[in-house]
Amino acid sequence: MPKHKIDPNNWVKLYSDYLFNYTITRVNDREIAQDLISETFLAGLKSMKNFKGEASERTWLISILKRKIIDYYRKINSNKGKAEVRMGYINSEESEGDWLEERVSDPFDKTAEDTLVNSELGDAIYDCIEKIPQKQADVFKMKTILNYDTETICNELNISASNLWVIIHRARTALADCMEDNWFN
Amino acid sequence: MKKSFLFISCDEAQHICDKAQYGEASGWERFKLNVRLIYCGITKNYSKKNQKLTENLEKADVKCLKTEERNKLEKHFNEELAKQNQG
Repeated sequence: MPKHKIDPNNWVKLYSDYLFNYTITRVNDREIAQDLISETFLAGLKSMKNFKGEASERTWLISILKRKIIDYYRKINSNKGKAEVRMGYINSEESEGDWLEERVSDPFDKTAEDTLVNSELGDAIYDCIEKIPQKQADVFKMKTILNYDTETICNELNISASNLWVIIHRARTALADCMEDNWFN
Repeated sequence: MKKSFLFISCDEAQHICDKAQYGEASGWERFKLNVRLIYCGITKNYSKKNQKLTENLEKADVKCLKTEERNKLEKHFNEELAKQNQG
């Protein structure tokens, strides 16, 4: 008997933010990230019959998304894409000499290792967000990640400001405990 | 001096601490929180964990879909899902 079941009706609600965070750290463009997630869900829908239930839905969707991201980079690194990048530097007379400055290493820039650790930290945060009740997760993400102001969230979710702060408090307490168990220890 | 004027409850201190994570606590509220932090271990522990969570969120720079982006994605996906269910 399979360990995990598949139910596409909840995919967007349950996994879209996790997949978005995973993708945006790799492609660095909101539009492209959304397109890749949409393609991932559609590919998942088409190949649902191949889901064996050995891994969770999320892991299965991530494996599809990884292939989509690789395909995306293959596409932009095609010969045509490379030529466009070269042309950008050869033909730009006004910015002649600027290229050295553009290429010099930035000591304050993130190293590959930093990026990897932060990406893993982001995954750990999302693992914890998935464990808290949906409403808490929604309010927390709107307030903390999207930086929406209190009034906007209250109007959108039809809750009072004091209710919002109670939800935020519960979410933060649960997330801090979860992070302590899963990330720091 | 009235006790309630300067000395706040643990719940209120935690509420101020939450607001402070979003820069929404006033100077007076932060002062009252700092007073409580001097003598309350529970508040101190909560504040430390809360601050650590904020730091990690900033460090990880986590992202999520905006409401309108998610609605657009959901609409498109539901249309495809309906097509599949019909077929």
